[in-house]
Amino acid sequence: MEIFWYIIIAFVLAVFFILDGYDFGTGIVHLFFAKKEKDKQVIAKSAGLFWDSNEVWLVAAGGMLFMAFPTFYASVFSGFYLPLIIVLWLIIFRAIGLEFRGQLNYQMWKDIWDTSFGVSSLLLALFFGIALGNIIRGVNLGGVENGVSAYEGHYFFLPLWNSSFSPLTEHPGVIDWFTITIGLIAVVTLTIHGANWVILKTNSSINLKLKGVIFKLNIALTILTLFSLFMWQIVNPNSLNNFADKPYLLIFPLIYLTGLIGLFFIKKIKKDRVAFLLSTMLILGGITSSLASIFPIILPSINNTHESLTIYNTSTSNYGLSVAFIWGIIGLILLVIYAIIQKRLLGGKVDDMDYGH
Amino acid sequence: MEDMIFYDRLQFAFTITFHYIFPQLTMGLSLIIVYFKWKYLRSNIEKYNNAAKFFMKIFAVNFTMGVVTGIPMEFQFGTNWAKFSELTGGIIGQTLAMEGMFSFFLESSFLALFIFGEKLMGQKLHFLTGFLVFLGSWASGWFILATNAWMQHPVGYEILENGKFVLENFSALFSNPWLLPAFLHNQMASVVTSSFVVASIGAFYVIRKKQVEYGKLFLKTGVIFGLISSLLVAFPTGDWNAKNVAKYQPATFAAMEGIFETEEAGAEIVLVGQPNMVEKKLDNKIAVPNILSFLTHQDWNQQIPGMDQFKEEELPDNIPALYYSYHIMVGLGTIFIGVMLLALFLLWRKKLYTFKPLLWFIMFLVPFPYIANITGWYTAELGRQPYLVYGLLKTSDGVSPTVSSGNTLFTLLGFVALYMLLGFLFLVLVGKTINEGPKLQKH
Repeated sequence: MEIFWYIIIAFVLAVFFILDGYDFGTGIVHLFFAKKEKDKQVIAKSAGLFWDSNEVWLVAAGGMLFMAFPTFYASVFSGFYLPLIIVLWLIIFRAIGLEFRGQLNYQMWKDIWDTSFGVSSLLLALFFGIALGNIIRGVNLGGVENGVSAYEGHYFFLPLWNSSFSPLTEHPGVIDWFTITIGLIAVVTLTIHGANWVILKTNSSINLKLKGVIFKLNIALTILTLFSLFMWQIVNPNSLNNFADKPYLLIFPLIYLTGLIGLFFIKKIKKDRVAFLLSTMLILGGITSSLASIFPIILPSINNTHESLTIYNTSTSNYGLSVAFIWGIIGLILLVIYAIIQKRLLGGKVDDMDYGH
Repeated sequence: MEDMIFYDRLQFAFTITFHYIFPQLTMGLSLIIVYFKWKYLRSNIEKYNNAAKFFMKIFAVNFTMGVVTGIPMEFQFGTNWAKFSELTGGIIGQTLAMEGMFSFFLESSFLALFIFGEKLMGQKLHFLTGFLVFLGSWASGWFILATNAWMQHPVGYEILENGKFVLENFSALFSNPWLLPAFLHNQMASVVTSSFVVASIGAFYVIRKKQVEYGKLFLKTGVIFGLISSLLVAFPTGDWNAKNVAKYQPATFAAMEGIFETEEAGAEIVLVGQPNMVEKKLDNKIAVPNILSFLTHQDWNQQIPGMDQFKEEELPDNIPALYYSYHIMVGLGTIFIGVMLLALFLLWRKKLYTFKPLLWFIMFLVPFPYIANITGWYTAELGRQPYLVYGLLKTSDGVSPTVSSGNTLFTLLGFVALYMLLGFLFLVLVGKTINEGPKLQKH
């Protein structure tokens, strides 16, 4: 039952990062590449129509995590207190940026909300990447110092950073040189994804230019990916053991690799959907590979005193998981149906859609 | 430790209070929008359709605010109340996750379609999307109330040796005797808020002699919905809730009614008075004998236990705040019924649109249903203290063990600043929409 729920939640989270990921990416593209007012408006609209129904996947994932793995939810949310609250604030700035820009017709008003949308999207992409980096790096569970635990073994608290910015110390912070690398990977990946979304959904004047941007970013992504794998070996020498033990897990890195290689041919790809699919594979492959590398652990312990959090030692009762499984499946089917209906009805380019609330 | 709990509670209270400004309007307003849309389908008079779309604009701004202030609520269970989440997540996670999956999704997916899809779908489907938005928002209320009902009156659980609550009976969560009365009371109260908003905008247009045709429609609709909902809030739903409190949380009941000493026979109902916690009595009291016993038990002489019957630690920790919240709610509710009765009478005599004093009064009354809704929730939440899960888990045992008070104060200040900004923007935008009025609809 734990494995079922793990898969469902991982799926919902991955869908969130794929769907809202293009909103974040669109924000980054908007921030750096959109210069003309017409482009700015259309690009903001391509995210503005969808952000709230995409964000629902985050709410759903949060709720399910809370229900199925309450100990994990409690430990991680309180342990990453500051970064999570900052993420909340950024989510608010992102949303009001999108919703408010069209409300008044003053240039200054629009500039303020464009910046709010763009900067918070960029920081959200970075923070979500850093979060993933933290999960695979692990934390000092129990707050152990010189063999003495400060808290119960499944609690911890992380500062935003410590003075060395190193993942190899006893008390690493949220931001260190390993997690920041993963954060940068997330930013680059989501920018590519967002650029593909803009090309797919709008007739903006920068579409052609964006293909060149994607190509360059893809080179950067390849370098960053190799670099991060190398650093990961330093942080955790056993990081790839899971793949050696269970070779079928290699499907996940393969998904990532397919996306990465495919995107080098971006200029030759005629169908915008195919390009979007490739960047979707990047996100899906990236997240699933990271999770698979530590499975069934969901938060590694970096000390020897306390054991890592796994899907088994953080879950609720079997009855709760089973009964929730019934409505969970029904709910999941509904979610997918709603998403498809909505995206169908609001399909095609967004340029001429009536959007002004 | 004391500091920590204080800031955690303050942050939750602040963020939930601000959050609940928005859903209470969207839940009730969605019903009124569906009504306008339905009238349009029946009569084909453009006015009703414009009214529906006008309020959907206001709905959309409120919905956005509700979403962005709602996500911090879900997160805060984990960030600030980790121990509570760890111990009870297996139970309240069920209803909260269902809220996300079944209602929030419905609402947000179909809201986009309602706003952008009228031409695309035709009128009948457009009505249906509006109805689904309504259904989603009310289902949302249902799941949140189910969560709260479990905290007020826990059912269907089992406590393991390590102190964790696990689910034993799923359907008990929804057949909880606390749930249905609380849900109906809450939904009716949200209809009260929306009716007053609709009527108040109507009064504004009529007084200002601008778009008077819509002003009259809004006034009439607001007054009719307002009277029905104000009556239903008091009876039977309010009455039903009070009886539940008397039955399941007798200490809370004594505190919110301000009964310091148990009376031999029937208990009096307090109308006015200030709790004096030093001398344990009410100052400046005006009370009517025996009424409370009759209202609660339909027996004039039934004894009702006062606060002297309970141990200190069983009583809510802030009795004056609880007492005031409850009495403000009841007092305002009574005023709403009076105003709406008068307005309906004038409407029937065809004098409402010209009787300026009442129109001004209705217009400026608009913050008060919000206050009544929020003090109502304060009554429920302060009344449940000192527990998170009534009788079983103390509030002080629910906080995150690792988050320091300094960190919580930092984020609290951040939330205050951010929400001030949000509130200001919200007022500007809603003010602009109201000022433009339904006639200037672009779509």
